[in-house]
Formats: sequence, structure tokens, C-alpha cells
Amino acid sequence: MSTKRAKTTASVGSKGKDPKESESSAGSVAVHGHPDDICPLTLTSATQELFGCRYDGDVTRDNPYKILRKEDILQDLRNRAAVSDFSPVKQLVLAYPEDELLLVYDRDFIYGSSFYLVLTVEGKDRHLMPIVAEVGEEALEREPSDVFAAQKTPEPRPWISLGSEQEIEEESVTDSRPRLKCRISRVRRAFGAPVFFSDRNAAETKDGFIECTPYQDKIFSLKQMERHCGVQAIPNCNSSSTQTPWTYPKNMCTQYEPREFSKEEKENCLQSEELKHFISLAVSRLEVAIQQNEIADVFFDDWKALSEDDGGYAGKADSHLKEYQSFTDLHFSQEKTISNISWHPTISGVIAVAMTERLSFEDRINASTKLLLNPSLILFWSFSDPINPQLLLECPDDVFSFEFCPSDPNIIVGSCMNGQVVLWDISAHVERLQGTRSSGGKNIAINTNPLQVFEDTRDNETSVVRYCAVSSIEHGHKAPVTDIQWLPETFEVSRMGVPMENKSGMCVQIVTCAPDCCLMFWDIRAPRVAFQNMADQRKQKVEEKPLENPDGVPNTFKHLNLTWKPLFRVSLPKIDTSGEYSPLKFSLRDNTCDNHPGCSAERAHLNAELSEVAPEYSQLRVPSAKQHKPLKGISTKFYAGTEDGELVYTDWKLEKDDSGRLFSVKPSHRFTIHDGLVNTVRRSPFFKDIVLTVGGWTFAIWKEGVMNGPIIHSSCSQRKCTVGYWSQSRPAVFYIGKEDGNLEVWDLLEKTHEPSQTQNITTAPITCIKPWIISSKQHLLAVSDHLGTLHILEIPWTLRSPCSNEKLSVNKYFEKEVDRLVYFDKRREMRTKEKKNMDAEELRKKMEPNLQEKEEKQILEEAKKEYEDYLSLEKVILKDMGLLPDPDETAEI
Amino acid sequence: MAEVEETLKRIQTHKGVIGTIVVNAEGIPIRTTLDNSATVQYAGLLHQLTMKARSTVRDIDPQNDLTFLRIRSKKHEIMAAPDKEYMLIVIQNPSEQPQD
Repeated sequence: MSTKRAKTTASVGSKGKDPKESESSAGSVAVHGHPDDICPLTLTSATQELFGCRYDGDVTRDNPYKILRKEDILQDLRNRAAVSDFSPVKQLVLAYPEDELLLVYDRDFIYGSSFYLVLTVEGKDRHLMPIVAEVGEEALEREPSDVFAAQKTPEPRPWISLGSEQEIEEESVTDSRPRLKCRISRVRRAFGAPVFFSDRNAAETKDGFIECTPYQDKIFSLKQMERHCGVQAIPNCNSSSTQTPWTYPKNMCTQYEPREFSKEEKENCLQSEELKHFISLAVSRLEVAIQQNEIADVFFDDWKALSEDDGGYAGKADSHLKEYQSFTDLHFSQEKTISNISWHPTISGVIAVAMTERLSFEDRINASTKLLLNPSLILFWSFSDPINPQLLLECPDDVFSFEFCPSDPNIIVGSCMNGQVVLWDISAHVERLQGTRSSGGKNIAINTNPLQVFEDTRDNETSVVRYCAVSSIEHGHKAPVTDIQWLPETFEVSRMGVPMENKSGMCVQIVTCAPDCCLMFWDIRAPRVAFQNMADQRKQKVEEKPLENPDGVPNTFKHLNLTWKPLFRVSLPKIDTSGEYSPLKFSLRDNTCDNHPGCSAERAHLNAELSEVAPEYSQLRVPSAKQHKPLKGISTKFYAGTEDGELVYTDWKLEKDDSGRLFSVKPSHRFTIHDGLVNTVRRSPFFKDIVLTVGGWTFAIWKEGVMNGPIIHSSCSQRKCTVGYWSQSRPAVFYIGKEDGNLEVWDLLEKTHEPSQTQNITTAPITCIKPWIISSKQHLLAVSDHLGTLHILEIPWTLRSPCSNEKLSVNKYFEKEVDRLVYFDKRREMRTKEKKNMDAEELRKKMEPNLQEKEEKQILEEAKKEYEDYLSLEKVILKDMGLLPDPDETAEI
Repeated sequence: MAEVEETLKRIQTHKGVIGTIVVNAEGIPIRTTLDNSATVQYAGLLHQLTMKARSTVRDIDPQNDLTFLRIRSKKHEIMAAPDKEYMLIVIQNPSEQPQD
């Protein structure tokens, strides 16, 4: 009964009342657990029958209300007094203002009894009213307003203790007993007295200290029951090692060849449809690409090319050859002329010049005794010293031609007027030559000996080097040797003239030519011992005694001295007639003279390697022809220019005739072209098959292989051409020296009928021209004249730098010329044919006049006949037509 | 067969064309106008280079493929047109270049 349950509100609400409203009614819930205007009653069955409120009879669930009369209740009370069920509410009933009370059947025992009595009028109204309103739903909505209107503000009532203050009292702290008071006093003088501390060991006295030792309280030991742990799966890693057994190295080789298809397979592939399809697809792409290439070269740098052409704009005016230096020696070059110039291949700035007597043949014979006293010399000039030559090479006779050995610049070979070939070795003096270049001026040797100062200053004197070997006079040339050249180190020539592999890597062979109608091949190595006969061997034994070198001549070519014989000789028999050609100059295809001096860089490198070990020429032996393999790429044909102005093209290989003797073949071609002796036969450094020949008043350019004639032949000039040389850097340029000291520069791409420029160098005829490249910025031209002066000229930029595609243009030009030649030849043939035909026709015509007369007569006769026939025909026709004149008709009638 | 011949001849007669080679997918030459050693060399080397070039192109973009390969050198230009089964190689000398 005392449980405060929301069910009270719920039961009230179940009668259709709003819960809110029922809350307010709940607010007035009394202590007893039910609203104070309701009193729960328990009615016995007797009472129930009396009042007519039996269970499930009069009063049901749906109709729980019963109105009871007050008087009846009071009657019952009087009748049964204490036994009456209404006795507890007796007073309340009496107090009830109205006559009828409401009794509600509480079927659910909400208030604890089966019935309850509503004690107030308001309650009764309240209970009854909702019954009416329950019917309609709108009554639900009306009810809150009813209830609110019925609500009244609660009035303050005195606080009834329900026991909550007990808890508060328990919580509050109060004194449980009166407070104890303590009073402590001390003598006043004890305050502020000085304090004395002393030590006392706490452990001595008992209970000196109280300790609270820590101990492991098991209560507080935490056992971690759970833990968060991260786990990652990794692959299994195993560390292991192996060692391969290294038994022994073995050379293994494999040989493979590329896979190829057989012919049938190729045919199959070619016929397949897929290939056709593919080709049709691919070709379109390819054609576009090929055409692109044909139209324009996308990678061509026009800007750069433009600059090359215009670059020398300022320098165009300056195409003059500038005089750089000139060398004349007062002592040695008086009355002499220079016959040949040669630049030192490795030491830059050193140039060698051969001085010969400026006398005609007769004068020579007359003055021969005087000449013997004046030795002929080759002078070495260096740019650092224009007055004194650096080195003098002594020659047995006037030297016409000399060359440095390309593989070893310390060896110089020269050819003399008496037909001898001479060798010099200047290795002892090379430092001098090199030193003068850098120091300039007088050579100051490092002298440790102070006494030498007092001696003659020999260092300033030019040293004279004597030749270390000469060829034997019987076996050499019989005429002045006019041209001499080294064979390149790539091949050497056997006794038969067959070019073979040169294993020594050095230049060892020399070719000479002289107007005694033969060319000779020499070898600077010792000849094979087997070929020497007993006499020679004895001589050798004698010579093997150590001889002192007279005049400080090195022993390099001791094995050759005076016994030097040529390997073989090539003669030049005439083609048509008997006799021989007398060559003056020659040119081989693989030669050493006309190479780019730019190649000297690699030569120098080679030489640097070789010169460290000075080759012992005496130890070298001419190998037998069987040891070495013949080389096939070397052309054995050469051009030779003769005294008569002819150019001869022949082969140097010797052939055996029927008797087994070696002889030279007849030249394959001969061209009579020049009006005087041929003084230059030179190959172009850019084209191996283009040859320049200069002789008489003209010059000609030939192409090897084109045997019709020269591809270019200049017109006769006013003065004789004395010498010619190709430019080393420009393929289209060459220089011609003239008799009047003029130097002509010919540029084939500019003008071909005359030189592009002419410059006068000297008053005397020019005897030799040799260009040289010192550096990329400095190209020099050495020109020597008949007076014995050597002029060094500087080649200007226009003449030394090639224009774009110059080589290609010149090549095209030459090809054009060849075509022209061929065309001309064809035309010539045609013309001769035509001429023949024309002559034949003329002859025939001469025979014809007799026949013509006869014919005329015949024609006349024939004409007469025809006329007569015509007349008769006319008569016949007229007769048929009846048109003949009368006299005839009348005659016939 | 004849068309193929004709087409190849047409290419060969273009200005500057030095040689033409038709190669199969494995690099074995099928038809050529050069000599045997040069053909084999060109075929082998260019086949490898084309494979490499093709894989490069496809690595960058898998939907792409190599259509044409041109190699320009100082002396001439090599053009290769690859395909699934065959490859056509042409060597041409572009005329403006001066031959050194």
C-alpha cells in the first residue's frame, strides 16, 4: 500500500485521463498511498448483496461505478455497528455533503481493496464525468484544459519528517564529547635560550626510531592478464653461402654463325600474304621518311654553313701571301741556287734547303776544279735564327732532291748530280735543332767547364755533318738523279717489284729516278748475306775491324757505304719505237711526299715510340720474298714525267721473259702534253688519283684511270712554269711558280682559265714551292728562287681554309671534266666517222654525172612517148564521144 | 610475290638508298640487297635495338607502340619499320651531307 507507484497515475490515466493531469493529482497523494478522496473498502458478500454491488453482477469491469445512498450506508452502520464494512469511514460518510456516494469497484486492486469509496463530491464528479467523456475522443483533448482549469496552486504545508534528516545528521560532524583542554607552561627564561644539538644514534636506544619497512604486499602485485601485442608476418629468411671450387682456369671458345633461312624458306616467306600486307603498310611510312631525306637535310646547320662562307669578309681583301721570313746565307749561298726545299717533319720551324751551283753544264765542266773545293751543302734553317743556318750537311756533289725519312726524321736521303744516292744521319745534332727553336738567337750550351769560355765558341759555328753512306758508283744512276722518294712504311717491295708486307714498321726503301731512263728501288738495310760472293765476304771481314770514324760520321749506314746497290731497276722502254723515256719526276700512288703534313702528328707519335730505340739499320736484313706475304691493295703503277714533256704511265713490277731474265713492261700509256721538260708530277693530298703535272708553258691535271688525256689542261702562259704544288688544306687550290718570279695561285672553283691571283715574290725564277702547316692558324709556304733565297710566306685565311663542301665540289668538277673528255672523244670518233662517210659520198657523187646524162635522154624519150600515147588516147575518146572535128569524120566515112 | 618485288624495287631505286633488308620476327633476314655479312650484321643489331625501343615505348605507356625508328649517323640514315611479324630496314644516304 505504501509503494508509490506510477501505476496510480496509470490507473487514473487508464480511465481516459491524460497522464499529465494525473501527475497533478498524484501530487496530492497522501501518505496513505492513495488519493485522499478515495477510501479503499473491502465489502463482504453480504454487504455486496445488500447494496447490490456484487462482483461481476451489478458491478462489472466496464461498469465499476455504483451510487450508494448516504442514508443506506448510515442505516447499515446502525444495523451492524462495528461489523459493518463502512465502519472505518463512518465519520467521512457523515461528513459527506451530498446524499449519494460513489462506490467504485476496483477490480485490479489498485488501492489494495476490491472497492473504494469516493469521499468527496469533486471526486465523485471526477469519476463520473470521465465516463461520459470516454465515449467521445474529443473528450480526451478537452480534458487537459478541464484539468488545468481545475488545478490550483499548491499551498505551503508544514514539513513532515520522513526520515531523510537522519542521513544528514549522520553525515554532519558534531562533537561527540566536550573538547579537552590542555595547558602547557614553561619557565620564561627557557625561551630563546641557545640550542645545542648533539648526535644520538638512533639504533642505540630502544625505540629510538620507528621504522616502517616496505614489504611486498601481495595484494598489490599486479599481474598483467592482458597485453596488446603487434604481430607481423615475414617471409622465412635463411642465410647461407656457397663456394664454387676453383680448380683451374680453362680456355673455352664458342663459335657461332648467324641463323639464316634456306632458299625455300625465304621463298615461302616472300609469298605469304602477311608479308604483302606488312610491306604495303611499312612502305608508306618509309617513303615519307625517304622523301624527307631527299628534300632537305634536317640536321644541316645552315647558320654555321653561312658563317663559313662569309667568315673572311674582312679578310677577302687580304688574300695576299704575306712575307713571313726569308733566309739567305751570305757565306754559303753566293752564286748558288736552291734546288729543293724540305720541311722537317717533326721539328716545327726547321726547314732544309739544298744548294746547288748556278751554272750551266758547260760552265760546270770549265769550273770543275774550283767546284771540287766548294762542297755542296744542304742548309738547315730555323725560324729563330734568320742569319745563320743551324746545320750543314755535306754532299759529295750537288743535290737535286732530298727527303727526310718519314718514320725517322734523323735520316735524310739525297740524290746527287753524279748519280749517287747519299744518306745522312743527324741524330747527334737533333737537340741543337730542337733547342734553337725555343731559345731563339744564339745557342747557349750548358757549360760546366769554365775553360771552354776561352776556347773558340764552337757552339756558335754551324756544325757540318758529313754523309754517312753513298751508293756505289757503278751500280747507281748514270745521270743526275732528279727525284727521290721514300716508300711508306706500310709496305716494302721485293726484288721482283711485288709489294709485300713491311714488318719493321719503318720506311726502309727508297725510289729514285734519273734521265738515264730508269727508276731504281733501293733498300737501306743490309743485303742478304747469301748473295754475297767470296770477294765481298773477305772485304767485309776486313771492314769489320773497328775503324775510327773519320769526321765524326755515325756508323748507322756503314754496311751500305760505297757498296750500296739498288734492289732492282725499272726501265721505261718506249711504246712505239725503240729507246726509252727519260724520267725526271715521278709519282707513286701510295707515296709519302704528298701526304697531309697534318699526319705528321701521328708520325711524330710513331717516331717518338721508335726513336726511343734507335733502329739499328745495320742489323736489319732484307727479307727474302718468300717470308712476307704480298700485299694486294698496293698499286704498282706510277706516273713519270720525262725530259721530252711526256707523261708516262707504267708499272714497276718486273716480269720474266722467256729466257728467265727480268725486264720491265712497256708503259701502258704515254701522253705528249708539255712543251718543255716536266718539272713536277704531284698527286693531290685529297684525291689519290688526281695528278698535277707542270712543264714548259702549261700545266695539266690528270685523273688516274682516265686514259683519254688530261682532264684539265691549262692554256699556254706568257712565261714558263717552273714548279707546281698542291695546297695542303684546300682541295681546289694549287700554286704554280713561274720563270719571272711570280707565284700563281689557282683556285679551280673560282676560275679555271687563269690563276685566281698572281703575286710576285722575287725577280729570279722560282725553283721550288713547299707548303707546310705549322698550326691550324698558321700555314706557311716556302718558296725558293734561283738566286738562292728562301722566302717563307704566310698563307692567308682565304687560301688555307676550305669552303664548305669544297672536296665534294672539286670532285664533281673533276668528274664533269672526265665526262667532257669522254664526250669529246666520242664526238671525235663520230666526226671521223662522219668525215669518212662524207668522203665516201663525195666520191660517189663524182661517179654519178655520167649516169645522169644518160638518164636525161631516157627521160625525154619517155616523155615523148607518153605524149604521143596521150594524143592517141585523146583521139579515141573524142571519137567515141562523137566530138572529133568534121574533116576526120568525113575522111572515115 | 610480284607486288612485293616491285615495291621493294621501288624503294631501292630512290635517291640515295644504299640497301634494303626484310627481316622476320626473330631477326633472320628474308630478303636483302646487300651482301651477306653486312645483312646479317644489320639484321641482328637492328632487331635488338628495335626490341629495346619498343619495350621502352611500351613501358612508358602500355597502349603505345613503336611505329618507326630512324637512326641518323654521320654517313647515312638507317630506317626501320617494325611490325608484329616482320621488319623492313632501309639504309639511305641523305644527299646533302658531304661524304668525308
